[in-house]
Amino acid sequence: MRRYLDLHRRNLVDALRRLGRQPFATLLTVLVIAIALALPAGLRVLVNNLGALSGGWQSAADFTVYFKRDVPTERARALSRDVAARPDVASVQFIDRAAALAEFRARSGFGAALDALDGNPLPDALVVRPANGAAGDVEGVAAALRKLPETDLVQLDTQWVARLRAMLALARRLGDGATALLAIAVAIVVGNTIRLEIQNRSPEIEITKLVGGSDVFIRRPFLYLGVCYGLAGAALACLLIFGTLAALGPPVRDLAALYDSRFALAGPSLRETAVLLVAGALLGWAGALLATARHLRAVEPR
Amino acid sequence: MIRFENVHKRYEGGRDALAGVTFSLARGELAFLTGPSGAGKSTLLRLIALIERPTRGTVLVNDQNTARIPRRRIPRFRQRLGVVFQDHKLLYDRSVFDNVALPLVIAGASRREIDKRVRAALDQVGLLGRESSRPVTLSTGEQQRVGIARAIAPRPDVLIADEPTGNLDPELSAEIMQLFARFNEVGVTLLIATHDLELIEHMPHRRLRLVAGRIESDSAGGAS
Repeated sequence: MRRYLDLHRRNLVDALRRLGRQPFATLLTVLVIAIALALPAGLRVLVNNLGALSGGWQSAADFTVYFKRDVPTERARALSRDVAARPDVASVQFIDRAAALAEFRARSGFGAALDALDGNPLPDALVVRPANGAAGDVEGVAAALRKLPETDLVQLDTQWVARLRAMLALARRLGDGATALLAIAVAIVVGNTIRLEIQNRSPEIEITKLVGGSDVFIRRPFLYLGVCYGLAGAALACLLIFGTLAALGPPVRDLAALYDSRFALAGPSLRETAVLLVAGALLGWAGALLATARHLRAVEPR
Repeated sequence: MIRFENVHKRYEGGRDALAGVTFSLARGELAFLTGPSGAGKSTLLRLIALIERPTRGTVLVNDQNTARIPRRRIPRFRQRLGVVFQDHKLLYDRSVFDNVALPLVIAGASRREIDKRVRAALDQVGLLGRESSRPVTLSTGEQQRVGIARAIAPRPDVLIADEPTGNLDPELSAEIMQLFARFNEVGVTLLIATHDLELIEHMPHRRLRLVAGRIESDSAGGAS
């Protein structure tokens, strides 16, 4: 057992030494693998973040009621109290048109443009939160409010969230497809590199066969080489992802702050990182296995 | 130990390298395989090492019919056979030690065992102290001796050599042949192909003369 482990350790050290001997070629191969792994992994991180972002809104079935502009604010405020009294409504937030205008002026930077308008272009509005978030109830409350003569428009805020979620589901599916394709690409890149390595080392393989090296013995160093390539590629892919997240973090936080959100980008979890590393190692191993299965037999003593 | 029974080997294109070779080599025997180049000496040795298979006939090595050894069992078979090549077949990116250790590593020997046997083998060929040299820094004769050390390191019962002195000057050649004779004295069975009759003239060992794929003569050695 110890001898066996010793042999494996030597194979590993030998593989690392070989990679180190041609740093530029190794770096290029590892970079290609890293990019191929970082693309699907990065896409997954992106989709997860958008999912987390929309997840916060999903339960909120809030919708907005805009009153006609000729409805006096006093009347609108009275209506707001009526709506709040309904049993199927949990809460109502009245947005006074004057307050809305003040906020818009302060936030948007279009103050001067607003001054050019006669009066306030904004209507009074209500943000209604239905008593329970079930879709049918929301529709019921919305329909009732839509019938009020003072109502101009009822806007279901949740609709675009539903659309976004559908798009995310689609993106996730596309991501799965891309992941499968790029995984195959990684195995092929490693396999091709190993094939070249087998060609370069064919005298050594031939001699090893002549002195009684079995296929398993001859194959093992190449498998280690494949695993090293895959693992190094995956590690670099992790660095790329975390680097990108670190670079995007502050601007995303600023953007979120503008939307009154405390959303921050989440990186891959520890588990996802581990999965990426293991996947990289396995793909490298698989690529090397394919290459050795196809090409080692061709090298026979002559 | 080695027995050929009516062995034919025909290469693609119809050339007969061996045409009905029959002979046997007893355990502990040393025989020289002589004959002009192209007579089939290399082919004969390649059949023993299972680098090639006979077209017809039976080759027995270690009382084992080589035709019954499937491809996947060839490595184990070769581990018990020492082979010396004319072109040495050394790994030039490894040290002398690693070259000699290769068959021992393959056989799964312990590190201590490898260390001991490599030193013993290098000692026998007179290269002790050169373990960490690279083969390229050695002379042709020294490289050949590294090849021999590698062949004997696992202590095989049978050792075959294809023109082991092919590129060496007469003095070195004689030295190497003496080396083989010494292995024979400790019980190793050897079959050595050489076209250099002068070299083996005074050696008291059996000769098999191969001409055009047939054993032309099988004679006891000595000054004849």
